[in-house]
Amino acid sequence: MTRRKIQINVPSLARVEGEGALHLKIEQGRIEQLQFRIYEPPRFFEQFMQGRHYTEVPDIVARICGICPVAYQVSAVNALESLFALETTPWISNMRRLLYCGEWIQSHSLHIHLLALPDYFAEETVLGLAAKEPELVRRGFAIQEAGNRLIRFLGGRSVHPVGIQVGGFHHAPAVSEARSLLSFLEDTLPQAEALLEYLAGMALPEQNQAFTSVTLAHQEYPIEQGELISSTGLRLQPEQYESHFKELQSPHSTALWSLLDGQDYLVGPLARLNLNQAVLPAFLQRHLQRLGNPFPSQNMFHSMLARGVEICLALYEAITILREYQPDTPALELQVKAGVGCGWSEAPRGLLWHRYRVDSEGLIQEAKIVPPTSQNQARIEQDLRHSLHQFGLDHSTEALRLHSEKVIRNYDPCISCATHFLKMSVERQG
Amino acid sequence: MAKPTLAVHKFSSCDGCQLALLNMGPDLLALAEQLEIKHFAEAGIVNESAPVDIALVEGSVVTAADETRIREVRANSRYLISMGACATSGGIQALKNLAEDPSAWVGQLYPQTEFIDSLDRSHALKAYVRVDFELWGCPVNSRQVVAAAGQLLQGVSPVDNREKLCLECKRAGQVCTLVTRGEPCMGPVTRAGCGALCPAFGRACYGCYGEAELSNGDALQRRLEGLGLAPERAAARFRLIHPDQQQQDPLQLSGGDHDPA
Repeated sequence: MTRRKIQINVPSLARVEGEGALHLKIEQGRIEQLQFRIYEPPRFFEQFMQGRHYTEVPDIVARICGICPVAYQVSAVNALESLFALETTPWISNMRRLLYCGEWIQSHSLHIHLLALPDYFAEETVLGLAAKEPELVRRGFAIQEAGNRLIRFLGGRSVHPVGIQVGGFHHAPAVSEARSLLSFLEDTLPQAEALLEYLAGMALPEQNQAFTSVTLAHQEYPIEQGELISSTGLRLQPEQYESHFKELQSPHSTALWSLLDGQDYLVGPLARLNLNQAVLPAFLQRHLQRLGNPFPSQNMFHSMLARGVEICLALYEAITILREYQPDTPALELQVKAGVGCGWSEAPRGLLWHRYRVDSEGLIQEAKIVPPTSQNQARIEQDLRHSLHQFGLDHSTEALRLHSEKVIRNYDPCISCATHFLKMSVERQG
Repeated sequence: MAKPTLAVHKFSSCDGCQLALLNMGPDLLALAEQLEIKHFAEAGIVNESAPVDIALVEGSVVTAADETRIREVRANSRYLISMGACATSGGIQALKNLAEDPSAWVGQLYPQTEFIDSLDRSHALKAYVRVDFELWGCPVNSRQVVAAAGQLLQGVSPVDNREKLCLECKRAGQVCTLVTRGEPCMGPVTRAGCGALCPAFGRACYGCYGEAELSNGDALQRRLEGLGLAPERAAARFRLIHPDQQQQDPLQLSGGDHDPA
């Protein structure tokens, strides 16, 4: 064992969304201190939503994250529609799923090609990767564009789309638009399948560790709705969330930490696939089997393959919905009601839970949002401790830094989501 | 001849305006052939203090550390472009500027406030440094970004189009949501630039491109009240994506390195 004392500071993490940093202190072959720090400053969304009308909520919460605005919009309308006891029509439910598929495709493809893959080619950016693997990057851009087109179909633009309202949508697109989109998606699906094959063939670190997976579950693969399940046997409805999940402030981070009964846990593509493989469409199950299906998996490096599976799934679902597409009444009338509504959905990076208290005028009295990145934050630190030990602390500082970044990127942290600050008492747990 | 250089900096924001570049697909590679990208953390290029020809800056200034950082960015850049609502007018998080005691937000809500670096207001970049061009929009689109950067590099001053959304909407042949459906549309006071997306969907504009030239807010406020909206709710429509009126006017705050009032 070498006796050395090193400190690694990564003052600004590249290829993550938002602002985060890592502080690692190793003394005599042991990690003395390890801090994954989110320093994205607070933006106070929950505070300034107070007093706003419920109809403004979808446009406000979209601004929490430029990469997953649809997730914020859908979790918000789920919460408010549950309060107003609104049963959506099959058309509205299908269109919500369709729009959300667009966001998964766009966000996952951006993550794989622009943020994660350059690591595996010793490149810092997609530009370097494109010089080495032009076809790989071209295909990635095409898949990302399919997602963006899908969001534009129902949302007008892919960042902060304008289509969703509480009660449904503002607009039902014409059949002709659906047809041209459909043919683009049909051309994209084989490319996504080729990507999946490619990802399955990659040599990945074998680093298994124990963690609890948390995801929604439904008769279909969970995207825009479902009940919460965990690998420890939990089953919850949205209004029961706070009885098991608690948040704590950590001095070194501006995002709150969420713990499940005092323990860290995982949300996101790997957690979803670990617990929902049985509801994948048959063609994807066959693909996975042929590719030596590693799921369920306790190796976080399988997250990228899980994203590949989910891109194929989302394209398949979108194609299925679009083949039957007919315009319909885009929104339902609703009765405003005072009370508290909770709702959730599966953002590309994992479970996203919202709660609103509304008065009889429809004004928001209180809002609470728990984004996926604060749920994964405790898990990321645990993973780093574990992975760096397994990787070997004797590696050079530069190698440790690169490996840490790779580990963090498995979670696709969306640090801009660190908007969550709420009055609470200090708790001691775990 | 050396390629012109570009940096993309981020302050407090949702990262959505950077997607105007990251969503360009093959055009992003083409852009990188024309420009050398020196700093763009989300794309993996980190060299924050590199001197560059053009700095695209997303996000607003909300911490003491950011006050120093934006001055450094200015010192290192030939042209500084504010990209999007947050950088240009303080953005949606400037809603805290309207609160009576915004410092209490951290104080009330955080168990341990000493760890939080947060100013009482969300400031546009022009509150601290000279800004050469402003790109309005929440979010901006790729066309706006590429056009402005291209013009500056050709030595042409980009034109700031402050016309009203109504004009863009009429040219697109949309039916007026305010006149025909009684929707509380902000088009008459909002800058063009988005392509009139909301009216195309039959919904009212909610003002994400900021205030247009010669806009008559008082008249629109009365019109919205005439539609049956309570005065406070009508007024709230003017304060959503660009809520801080003091940071709306591009001329008022730009033109010097100074501390904000």
